[in-house]
Amino acid sequence: MLLTKRIPMKVMQEKGRNMRNSTISIVGSRKTKRISETIAHHIFTICAFFAVLGVASITVYMIINGTPALAKVGILELLFGSDWSPTAANPRYGILYVIFTSIIGTTLAILIGVPVGVLSAVFLADVAPKKLVAVVKPAVELLAGIPSVIYGLLGIMILNPLMYRLELALFKGSATHQFTGGSNLISAVLVLAVMILPTVINISESSLRAVPDQLKAASLAVGASKIQTIFKVQIPAAKSGIITAVVLGVGRAIGEAMAISLVAGSSVNFPLPFNSVRFLTTAIVSEMGYAADTHREVLFTIGLVLFGFIMMINTILTKLLKKGNRNDD
Amino acid sequence: MKKNITRMLMLCMIPVLALGLAACKNNSSVDSPSQSSSSALSGKITMAGSTSMEKLSNSLVEAFMEENSSVTVTAEFTGSSAGVESLLADSVDVGNASRNLKDSETGAGAVENIVAIDGVAVVVNPDNPIEDLTKDQLISIYKGEIADWSEVGGLNEPIVVVGREAGSGTRGAFEELLEIEDECQYALELDSTGTVVAKVASTAGAIGYISLDMVDETVKAVKLDGVEASAEKIKAGDYFLSRPFVMATKGEISEQNELVQAMFEYIYSDAGKELVESVGLIAVD
Repeated sequence: MLLTKRIPMKVMQEKGRNMRNSTISIVGSRKTKRISETIAHHIFTICAFFAVLGVASITVYMIINGTPALAKVGILELLFGSDWSPTAANPRYGILYVIFTSIIGTTLAILIGVPVGVLSAVFLADVAPKKLVAVVKPAVELLAGIPSVIYGLLGIMILNPLMYRLELALFKGSATHQFTGGSNLISAVLVLAVMILPTVINISESSLRAVPDQLKAASLAVGASKIQTIFKVQIPAAKSGIITAVVLGVGRAIGEAMAISLVAGSSVNFPLPFNSVRFLTTAIVSEMGYAADTHREVLFTIGLVLFGFIMMINTILTKLLKKGNRNDD
Repeated sequence: MKKNITRMLMLCMIPVLALGLAACKNNSSVDSPSQSSSSALSGKITMAGSTSMEKLSNSLVEAFMEENSSVTVTAEFTGSSAGVESLLADSVDVGNASRNLKDSETGAGAVENIVAIDGVAVVVNPDNPIEDLTKDQLISIYKGEIADWSEVGGLNEPIVVVGREAGSGTRGAFEELLEIEDECQYALELDSTGTVVAKVASTAGAIGYISLDMVDETVKAVKLDGVEASAEKIKAGDYFLSRPFVMATKGEISEQNELVQAMFEYIYSDAGKELVESVGLIAVD
């Protein structure tokens, strides 16, 4: 089986597989070669189809289950109503506050998490001595592996009592504020911000490391300080990677349910910092257990709204990312 | 290689199948009749009534049909009054009601058979000196009219009103018994008894409600109108946050057909009591 010319990777892998089976060889004859080629081609097609099937079936399922309630309740009342009382004698299914909470909560978490994450990445990639990197980097990677329910438990045991103290101090004697025991928007945002850190740090760091050394050297050579080089040369050069980190961070933040359902309080309120709030994800999770009929269908619609949001954010941010790349060229 | 392709194809089929099954699941609330004919009893029992009794009825249906494989029991959840109405109209064998029967209903021939009692305990943080609340105080607290423990004779501390999510049976019972449906001002709506207990245990001014059997030492169950929350007091009828689960029949149980009689025999047996307790209710003697 001497190979005399360069063969594509695909065939190489196929050949590797066929080694076990000595009767089929790519150079055996014209016929067997064609068989292995076709088989490989089909396997790749099927694998690719598998992922598409996943997305397609989820989309179809969400649309089939999410749309009936839209018609029943009315799209305007559902999306722009602010009264959520699904089990009342005269049920109301307004999810406006829930949508606001998801948008505002995610935005705030990104505003806190991304700067911290990107600067940590700069620290790891450029500033920190090697020994320190050896300690910090595994810690960050470990953070990524912690299940979200653990974040929630820490939130309920540590963050909420601290928030409650702050709440008691701030709203002492207030007649209008409803005390929530520290389960509020701020707690949820803080937990989300910590949860997106590992994603942002890891991806930003590798994109910073991928910036060619010549750029850094050139900047330093013309007299820029180290900090100037980082902010004016390295971060702009790693822009596309950092945007990817933000996209994934947004995805993680908007889709998180478990941790927030423990710390956010889950009452449907306008998302003010010290109000107990409900996100799109927690709205589904918390009521799915016993919901029936229209109530249940509306929960599927909330899922559809969430799905729509994620799709929208992904498309918009990916477009922005591509645009950014073009400008770089 | 061919085998691999078949396997791949089969893998691709799994999500499709799962999708199909998930779609079916919504419709199949009642099991199909079993074909075996070894058991002595066979036939059909129909029940309709209280949505609060859904959990109990479904477990009962499941357990009873497992014992008597040729009997089909169907349960619909239309509401207590609608259930008794269908019973009196002879369209069902058993009418479920999560309240005592009204005089008009017993007058029309419905017989009240209490099969279980649902009790709700009101819990506060163990550090809270409050021991006793009246019904009016409890209503005011949950409606948001009282916002500080000092207003009910406690510490100078804001009240954190904890409740369950919409659709929860405990929430339904609590609001129904206090007649404050959809008027509650919850600060927190938590989605399980465990979380309510954890929140009340960790927050100084919190108040919450849970099923009586879920009270543990991390929280303190308060007395209501001077009556402590216990199975004995509930059975004696002194504790107001409780309600009977009634399976009403038209005429006495002894006048029913043998299927219905067998079902009630099962409910009042030891296995039936175990079943009642397994869904968080108090069994009756």
